Amino acid sequence: MSDIKIKITDREGVLHEVDAPTDMNMNLMEIVRSYELAPEGTIGICGGMAMCASCQCYVKSDHNLPEMSEDEDAMLAEAFNVEDNSRLGCQIHMTPDLDGLEVELAPES
Amino acid sequence: MIKTDILIIGAGPTGLFAVFEAGLLQLKCHLIDALPQAGGQCSEIYPKKPIYDIPGFPEVLAGDLVANLMEQTKAFQPGFTLGERAETIEKQEDGSFVVTTNKGTKHHAPIVAIAGGLGSFEPRKPLLQNLTKFEDNGVAYMIKDPEVYRNKKVVIAGGGDSALDWSIFLADIASEVTLVHRRNEFRGALDSVEKVQLLKNAGKINLVTPAEIVGLIGEDTLTAVAIKKTGEEDIITLEVDNFIALFGLSPKLGPIANWGLEIEKNAIKVNNALDYQTNIPGIYAIGDVNTYPGKLKLILCGFHEATLMCQSAYQKIYPEKRYVMKYTTVGGVTGFDGTKKEAPKVVVKAID
Repeated sequence: MSDIKIKITDREGVLHEVDAPTDMNMNLMEIVRSYELAPEGTIGICGGMAMCASCQCYVKSDHNLPEMSEDEDAMLAEAFNVEDNSRLGCQIHMTPDLDGLEVELAPES
Repeated sequence: MIKTDILIIGAGPTGLFAVFEAGLLQLKCHLIDALPQAGGQCSEIYPKKPIYDIPGFPEVLAGDLVANLMEQTKAFQPGFTLGERAETIEKQEDGSFVVTTNKGTKHHAPIVAIAGGLGSFEPRKPLLQNLTKFEDNGVAYMIKDPEVYRNKKVVIAGGGDSALDWSIFLADIASEVTLVHRRNEFRGALDSVEKVQLLKNAGKINLVTPAEIVGLIGEDTLTAVAIKKTGEEDIITLEVDNFIALFGLSPKLGPIANWGLEIEKNAIKVNNALDYQTNIPGIYAIGDVNTYPGKLKLILCGFHEATLMCQSAYQKIYPEKRYVMKYTTVGGVTGFDGTKKEAPKVVVKAID
């Protein structure tokens, strides 16, 4: 098994602790969708191209995350409700060193 | 009143391919789309991105796929109502439907196929107090008629192509153009970024970055905006006549949600065992907008759904007619414009 544990607070404030596979080329947005933690059609609208910001989340733990690409950075510059710890879920790939990651989904906008 | 056989709502890849399949059955189509151009997400969100899972295309740019579909459907002369959103649907006594757009354009057809993708693209609105109060009173989310801004003081917010392009365009029309963006960097075509730089140097565009518009000021109409520069405490008050917020578009299911269709997971439930018809006979839903057990939002699935929908629509329109599907290789493609494509005939000739 190459699952890691991730804590996700949904848009209603409910905390979910979920298993995320690291060997399926999945990102955080897809993990949220696979557990249906946000209604379909409100998250991952662009499919993971960093072009819609519907998967914006706030990173609560101090994990070392992959650096932001220019695309992600530019998209967050146009999104709403952006905080210093905002990231796009679709750009965070599940890797073993993200075990214990804690995130909160940003409001739908 | 626009009359057609199949009224397609949504001019993305699925809706466009439905035109072709309907055309093979001699059915005419008309498409409505809220966007000003055909292609849906492929044109609006990612025209320059490659797609790798269109059967027969190892790699195709989304924009090229749309161009190919337009070419493929051309002979069937589809009608388009673009830049208008399908708002209401009324069932007629004979079972046909009248669909009216937000601009009042009426369409009449015996069959309606909703190929609406994720919904119609609506402008993303900034989170500001009093925003709705100033809508149409100084605040806008898209530019319909640039002349409105002649000799006006305009502030534009946003960091993408539309913010850049309109700043450039209005620099010659408005008396004053200010562009506000949260970053120093812009996400636009290099050419546009360079043009804005030149206009800024020439004093024709007033650039305020990194900054954000945090307030709207005015009695009944907008007279000023409050701008906060990142990392600074002071709020700048800028006198303006117009504020144009260009933060891109996001899809919303919109008025279709109120048409009495069964909705699940922000999508329309259909009968996938048969023909992708909804709970209302005569209304179908195909492509990303529908849902059924095992649904995948893939363009190739939309093509399949469009094909079966057309066969069912044909039976509904002509219940007394008998028909069997014919391969295009056998039957060719006869357009409504008089063109005919067909496989070359085999030459039978004796060799002496």
